[in-house]
Amino acid sequence: MSYITKSPWIIHYDGSSCNGCDIEVLACLTPMYDVERFGIINTGNPKHADVFLVTGSVNEQNKNVVKQIYEQMPEPKVVVAVGICANNGGIFKECYNIQGGVDTVIPVDCYVPGCAARPEAIIDGVVKGLGILAEKREKLRQEQLAAKSGAKAAPQAMPVLDDPAEAKEEEA
Amino acid sequence: MGKRTIIPFGPQHPVLPEPVHLDLVIEDEKVVEAIPSIGFIHRGLEKLVEKKEYTEMVYVIERICGICSFGHGWGYCGAVENAMGIQIPERAEAMRTIWHELSRLHSHLLWLGLLADGFGFDSLFMHCWRIRETILDILEETTGGRVIFSVCKVGGIRKDVDNDYLKGIVEKLHAIEDDIRSLTTVFMNDTSVKNRLCGVGVLSKEEALDLCTVGPMARASGIELDMRVGTPSYQKLGFEPIVRTEGDCYARCAVRIGEIFQSIELIEKAVEEMPDGPIEVAVKGNVEGEATFRLEQPRGGAFYYAKGFEKGTKFLERMRVRTPTNMNIPAMTKMLQGCDLADVPMIVLTIDPCISCTER
Ligand code: SF4
Repeated sequence: MSYITKSPWIIHYDGSSCNGCDIEVLACLTPMYDVERFGIINTGNPKHADVFLVTGSVNEQNKNVVKQIYEQMPEPKVVVAVGICANNGGIFKECYNIQGGVDTVIPVDCYVPGCAARPEAIIDGVVKGLGILAEKREKLRQEQLAAKSGAKAAPQAMPVLDDPAEAKEEEA
Repeated sequence: MGKRTIIPFGPQHPVLPEPVHLDLVIEDEKVVEAIPSIGFIHRGLEKLVEKKEYTEMVYVIERICGICSFGHGWGYCGAVENAMGIQIPERAEAMRTIWHELSRLHSHLLWLGLLADGFGFDSLFMHCWRIRETILDILEETTGGRVIFSVCKVGGIRKDVDNDYLKGIVEKLHAIEDDIRSLTTVFMNDTSVKNRLCGVGVLSKEEALDLCTVGPMARASGIELDMRVGTPSYQKLGFEPIVRTEGDCYARCAVRIGEIFQSIELIEKAVEEMPDGPIEVAVKGNVEGEATFRLEQPRGGAFYYAKGFEKGTKFLERMRVRTPTNMNIPAMTKMLQGCDLADVPMIVLTIDPCISCTER
């Protein structure tokens, strides 16, 4: 848990879920489970979000919405699929309008099982996701540093403002 | 008059817990027309009857919607039981009533929270959901699940709860009653809350009748329509629907708040009069005729239809559900005409939309 030094914001989108998992996601944010104590806030704006929680499977109509939200989120980002529907279609797998799990349209980092997924499991999933987020952040930083030192003529990559102190050092 | 502009609202929007898309045609700040488009959550689960046996289908039907899942299970079992001519034991009926009212309690508290969130009163939202957890705990202790229960089955219920425990439930409900009352006084009396709700999205009785509204929507516009009136298990408890006449967002809120306390009373009475006996009857054979069943869900009257093949097989030929939100969407578009853009979230929320019910 020591890697929760930042305050990760989540965005939640309901694919074609039955609502069961959605209300459990919301329950995580409310006093009983209260993930806000870790600084986790639910935002409606994809550009503010670090973690993408998807409940429910994807279909023809909503797959573009899921893709768009994912693409709008800034790097690094983590996708957590909540509930068995989001994992692989679950009980609705055989329905004619279900394409399958969320991983058929966007890469998923963390799968939370359950129908409905319990709030404890969702929190677990998000915390796992945060670990992955930290790794991705580090990797991105390395890549950008390499790009910076490697090609001087190339357009300069944006400094990663992870650690303001470090960024200043680099500038100096 | 300004130029007409179209503003897309949804499917992913902060006040919407669920995806529905509205095209709002606006002129200056007034909405001229709202065009809903749905289909984001359509799964086509009615067609699964071809692949799942009629006893398994309960699990699918419960997952039409996670908020009123118990009611859906009951409705489906009711329709199949009617088609097979099964009379379930009294105790099973009474237990179903209790669970159904508990889900109404949790659904209405959930809705109150979302409404508070909609008008930006975050601490009220948190308190509503905090209280709701008590109800979820009761549901979890008695059924094993927090939102999906799977305790209803064709021919009765799966789990019994002993009478002492039931009395304990009533005590727990009484313990949170004061808490709920202090919250609902905020909804009913706070000036800034009333500013957002009173006189917003008015639906007259005639319009409500014309547009076939159901549930708390209809009751807030002065129509005495509640499926529970004709249900034997509720008649025994002396059920009377709660009706308001203003037809605005405030009235819809008041009806639901009234129903919260009514549900607690109904549960108390049901526990007092709880008959002893078996909780299920043996179910043999296949569904052959067809039958219907009506039920009052938290969002309004729902209707279930089940039809078996003539030469019985383990499968149903057709299964159909008419859900309440579906019936209330025309009224919502009507109310949105002429409202301020800033009031759109309030109006959308006060119909208590459940999109996964609507689209199935
Ligand atoms: S996993 Fe279960 S509870 Fe969650 S959305 Fe799917 S059907 Fe509903």
